[in-house]
Amino acid sequence: MARLNAQNVERAKAVIRRYPRERSATIPLLHLAQEQDGYITPEAMEHIGELVGATAAEVQGVATFYEMFKHEPVGTYLIGVCTNLSCMILGAEQVLEHTEKVLGIKAGSTTVDGMFTIEEMQCLAACGGAPCLQVNYRYFENVTDERVDGIVDALRNGRDPEGQSIPPHGTLSNITLPAPTTPADRERPEEIHPAPQGVES
Amino acid sequence: MTDTAPAKTTFTITVDGKEIEALPGELLIAAAERGGTYIPRFCYHPRMRPVGMCRMCLVEVVGPRGPQLQPSCMIPVADGMVVDTESPTVKKAQDGMLELLLVNHPLDCPVCDKGGECPLQDQTLAFGPGESRFVEEKRHWEKPIDLSSLVALDRERCIQCDRCTRFADEVAGDPLIEFMGRGAYTEVNTFPDDPFASYFSGNTVQLCPVGALTAKPYRFKARPWDLDQVESTCTSCSVGCRMAVQSSNDRVVRLLGVDVDPVNHGWLCDKGRFDFEASNSDDRLTMPLVRTGDTLTESSWGVALAKVTEALSGAKDRHGAGSIAVLGGARLTNEDAYAWSKLARTVLGTDHVDAQLGDGLPAEVVLGLPRATIDEACSADLLVLLTGDLKEELPILYLRVRGAVQDQGLRVLEISPVETGMTRYAAASVRAVPGELASAVGHDTAKALLQGAGKVVCVLGRQSVAESADAVMDAAAALLEAVPGVTFLSGLRRANVHGALDMGLAPGVLPGRISLADGREWVGSTWGELPAEPGLDAHGILTAAAEGKLQGLVLLGADPLADFPDRDLARRALAGAGTVIAIDAFLTASSRQADVVLPAAIAGEKAGSTTNLEGRVSRLNQKITPPGTARADWMIAAELASRLGGDLGFESVAHITDEIAAVAPAYVGITSAALLSSAGFDGLLTGGLHDAHHEGPPSMGRGEAVEVDAVAAHGDNPTVEVRDSSPAPDQPDPSAGSEPHGDESSTAEAEAILAGGEGDHVEAVQKSAEAGESVATRPNRPAVLRSTPTVTRRAVPAVDGYSLRLVASHKLYDDGTLVQHSPSLAPLAPGSVVRVNPADLERLGVTAGDSVRVTSSRTALTLTTQADLGVPRGVAHLAFDQPGPGAADLIDAAAPVTDVRLETI
Repeated sequence: MARLNAQNVERAKAVIRRYPRERSATIPLLHLAQEQDGYITPEAMEHIGELVGATAAEVQGVATFYEMFKHEPVGTYLIGVCTNLSCMILGAEQVLEHTEKVLGIKAGSTTVDGMFTIEEMQCLAACGGAPCLQVNYRYFENVTDERVDGIVDALRNGRDPEGQSIPPHGTLSNITLPAPTTPADRERPEEIHPAPQGVES
Repeated sequence: MTDTAPAKTTFTITVDGKEIEALPGELLIAAAERGGTYIPRFCYHPRMRPVGMCRMCLVEVVGPRGPQLQPSCMIPVADGMVVDTESPTVKKAQDGMLELLLVNHPLDCPVCDKGGECPLQDQTLAFGPGESRFVEEKRHWEKPIDLSSLVALDRERCIQCDRCTRFADEVAGDPLIEFMGRGAYTEVNTFPDDPFASYFSGNTVQLCPVGALTAKPYRFKARPWDLDQVESTCTSCSVGCRMAVQSSNDRVVRLLGVDVDPVNHGWLCDKGRFDFEASNSDDRLTMPLVRTGDTLTESSWGVALAKVTEALSGAKDRHGAGSIAVLGGARLTNEDAYAWSKLARTVLGTDHVDAQLGDGLPAEVVLGLPRATIDEACSADLLVLLTGDLKEELPILYLRVRGAVQDQGLRVLEISPVETGMTRYAAASVRAVPGELASAVGHDTAKALLQGAGKVVCVLGRQSVAESADAVMDAAAALLEAVPGVTFLSGLRRANVHGALDMGLAPGVLPGRISLADGREWVGSTWGELPAEPGLDAHGILTAAAEGKLQGLVLLGADPLADFPDRDLARRALAGAGTVIAIDAFLTASSRQADVVLPAAIAGEKAGSTTNLEGRVSRLNQKITPPGTARADWMIAAELASRLGGDLGFESVAHITDEIAAVAPAYVGITSAALLSSAGFDGLLTGGLHDAHHEGPPSMGRGEAVEVDAVAAHGDNPTVEVRDSSPAPDQPDPSAGSEPHGDESSTAEAEAILAGGEGDHVEAVQKSAEAGESVATRPNRPAVLRSTPTVTRRAVPAVDGYSLRLVASHKLYDDGTLVQHSPSLAPLAPGSVVRVNPADLERLGVTAGDSVRVTSSRTALTLTTQADLGVPRGVAHLAFDQPGPGAADLIDAAAPVTDVRLETI
C-alpha cells in the first residue's frame, strides 16, 4: 500500500518527464504519495527515490522540510488556525479554543473518527481577513465561533461549507497538462549532466 | 573594460589595509588566508563547494554604497576589492553569529572528544562575545545516535554547517545523510534503517567543526592535548594517501587525512582510517615462534634465527640456491623490500622472488609500460578502466576520478565483467565476460570513444582473479594498438606492491625497474654475484613447492592460503615445501603452517618510504614502538645475511634509502635527504617512463625535480632524522665488512647526476666517475625497462550451457589480516555470496536468497545466491578473499578461466 500503486507509478513517470532532471520531480511525487496514502510513508519515500534517482535520505530531507507533507496520518479535513500577530489581535485564540471545544481535541491531534485534525499555524498571509483559518488549504476569513460551528457541521454532514468544495486531505488538482516534448537526448544513458559551476580555490 | 583588454592574471585586493595578490575566480576567504589573514569559518572547506551556511565569515567589503557585510566564502575576489575583517561591524556580526550558534550548542566541552581541537571552541574564544543572553532551555535530542557502525552523531552539538552532508553528496557520492526537518528542529540524519554505509564516512568526522560526529574507534580514547603525531603515508592500498598518525601512550589512536594535491586531497577511506586498530590487537606476534611437532611455541630470536639459518644454508648447500624462494613483500617498505631483494639475490642466490601472489600482473609489464600519474588520469580526454572496481580496491583513486567526472567532465570508458562503483559515472561501460576482455576493447562503443580522443590514460589492473592475467595483457595490447600514445596508471591494489616490484621483488627484475639481464653488471657492481637465470613467479614458486622442489620458502607477510587465487595449490605448496619461514605481524592461515614465524613491525612502527601506484615515493614515519620483540623486515634480512655469512652493509633506514637512490635507476635523486625536504612533502615521482612521451632525458618527474635538485646540490650535508628503532643487540656489526659503495659515495654520485642536470644519465655517471672515488670502475647505468604487454591470445574454452563463468573480485572489506584484526571493520566483510543475473537464476530454477551448490573443476561449495542486474547473463560473481570457503577454493590458477555450475540443494 505504501509504495506508489501501479496507476500512480504511471502518473509519476509522466510527471518526471516534465523535468530536465528526474529529481526535480521529487516534490510533485511527494504530493502524489500523500494523495494516495493521506500522508508520506517511509516506503513511499524509498519508492520516490528509486523513481527519481535519489537516495531515500535525500527524499526524506525534502519531505520533512515542507510543512504540508505529513508524516503521520491526519484527518480527512485538516483545519489550520492561524495564531500569528494579526489574527491573534483579532481573536484567533478564541477561534482556536472554540474549534478545539467543538471537535473535542487539542491542536496537533486528530478526532477518533479520523475526520478532523487541528493545527496551529503560523501566518497564512491573509491578515486582511483576520482571524483566518484553512480547511485542507482552502481559506475561510473573518471567522467567528458561529462560522466555525457551521463549517464543522457542513463537513460532518457531507455538505460543502459555505459553498466551498473541499476534497479530502491530500487530493491533488484534477487539472492535468500534457507533458512537454521530451528532448531527444533525455534518455541517453551516456549523458553526463554538467555539474553546477564550482568555484576553485 | 573593452573587449580587447587582456584578462588580468592576478588581482590586487586590500585586506585590512594590506595589499595582497589574488587569483581571478578565487574566493575572498581563500585569498585572504593565503595573504595571511584568517577569517573565521565553519562551513567553508577548500575541497568542497561553498554554501554560505554558517555566516561566520562575514566581512565588510567596500561597494558602491559603502562597506557591506558579505560572506567571504561566497564571493570571488575582484580587482581592487577593499575588505575589512576587523571593523566594529564585523566584530558585532561575529559576536552575533557565535551567540546564535551557541543558543543550542551544549557546553559539554569537558566531556566532548572535540574539546581542545574544536573550531567552535577556538573561534568562540578568539572572536566570540564571551557572554550569552540566552537563558532558555536548549534543544534536546537523543544522544548519540549511530549513523553507521563506524560513526556516531550527537545532534545537540550539530551547528548545521552542511560539511558532512555536502561531503557525502559531493565528494563521496553517497548522499545517505541529509538535513531533516526545518528551522530550530533541523537535524542531520539518515533514512530510517538505511545507515551511512559509505566507504568514506570517516572523513565526515574529520570535517565536523564541532564534536557532533565522532568515530567509534576513537570515542573517549584520548584527549587532543595528549596526542603526539607524525606525518606518514597510508599503506592500506597502493594509492598512498598522506595522513597524520596520532598516538597516545604508545598506541595509535587515530589517523587523519593530510591534504596533498597530487594524491588524496585530504581524504582517507574508512579502511585506511580505521585499520590501525590491528596494530593494537592482542593477537599481534611479539615473539618468534618455532615449530615443535604440531605446535608453534614461543622462542627467542637467537634460537629462531639459528633455525632459519640452518634450514636456508642447508637447502642451498644440498639442493642449490634454486631450492629457496621468497614470496610476498607488498606489506614491506621500500627499504625492507630492497633488503630482502638483496638478501635473496646475493646471500641466498635465488631469483625465485615475487611480491605478487598471482593476483596481479606480470612485473615487467607493470614496470615497463609508459606511465601516467593520478593527475594525468584525471585530466585525460578519455580514461579507460581496465581494472577492478576502483571503489572497492582503490577508494581514494575512485574519489579523484569521480570528482574529475563531476567537475571537469572527464570521460570514462569502463570495460568490466560486472557493474562497478564507477559504472554510473562512466560515459560508457562495456561488459566483457571473462574470455572476451581483449575483444571488448574493439567493441563499437569503445571504439567510438577511443577514436578521436586526444590524451588517453588507462588504469590497468586485474579485474577478476578467476581469469588469467594473460587476458588483461591481451586487452592492454589491443588498447595500445588502437591508441598508440596511451599511458598507463597501474591498478594493482596491494599496499606497497609497486615499491616491492621497483625494489626487484619479482623474478627477472632488479631494483629501479631494470631487468636482471640489463642490470647484471650495474647492480652486480654493488651487490656482487647475481643469479644466472630469471626465477619463478608466485604461481611457479607454489607449483615447485607442491612438487617438492623447494626446500626453503620464505613468506614475507604473504598468506597464500588466503590471497593466492588457487587455494588448493597453495595448500599443497605449503605442505610440500621443506622449511616454511613466515615473517608476519599476525598468525595467518599460512603462517600457522610455518616452521618458524618471525614477528614483524607494521606501518606506524617503522620508518622508511613507500611507492604508490603512480610511482610516487613518500615517507613512512614511525610513531609507536613495535610490540614485544617485533622488528622491521630489513633488520631481519640484515641479521639473516650476517648469520648466513654475508653482509648487506646496512646501518639504518636512511642508509638503505640512499643506497636505493644510488643503485636503482628509477630512484635517482630520491635520497633520504630529498624525502625530508619540503619537495618531498607531496612525495617524489620516480623517474623513467613518466617521461616516455616527452623529449629529454628520463629523469625524476616534473616540477619536483627542480627543488630536489636544489636540495641535493645545496643541502649542506643535511641531518637525516628518520626515526628509527635503536638497533637490536643482534644487529650486524656496522664496522664489519666494507661494501663497495658506502653512504657518502652514493650520495656524492646522486648529487653529481643531479648536477649534470639535463645531461644523459650515463654522462652524469661518467661525470661523477671523473670526480674520482670508487665509482670510477662502475659500469654504465642501464635504462629503465620499457615493455609492451605480451600478447598470448590464449584460447579460452567456450562455456557449456549448464555453467556460469566465475568472476572473483575484491571488496574493500575482506578477510585480509588488518581488516580482520580491526574490531570495527571485521564485521563489515560481506562474505561469499554468489551474485547472478535474475534471468539466470530463473533459468536455473533458483530463488534468490537460497543456498546452492557451486561446483568447479576443483571442488563444490554451498553458498547463498543473490539476484543482481549488475552481473551479466552467463556470469557468477563472488567477492574474493572473504571469511570462510570461497572463490579461492573454486579457482584453478593454471586455467585461463573458471566455470562453475549452480545446483539447487
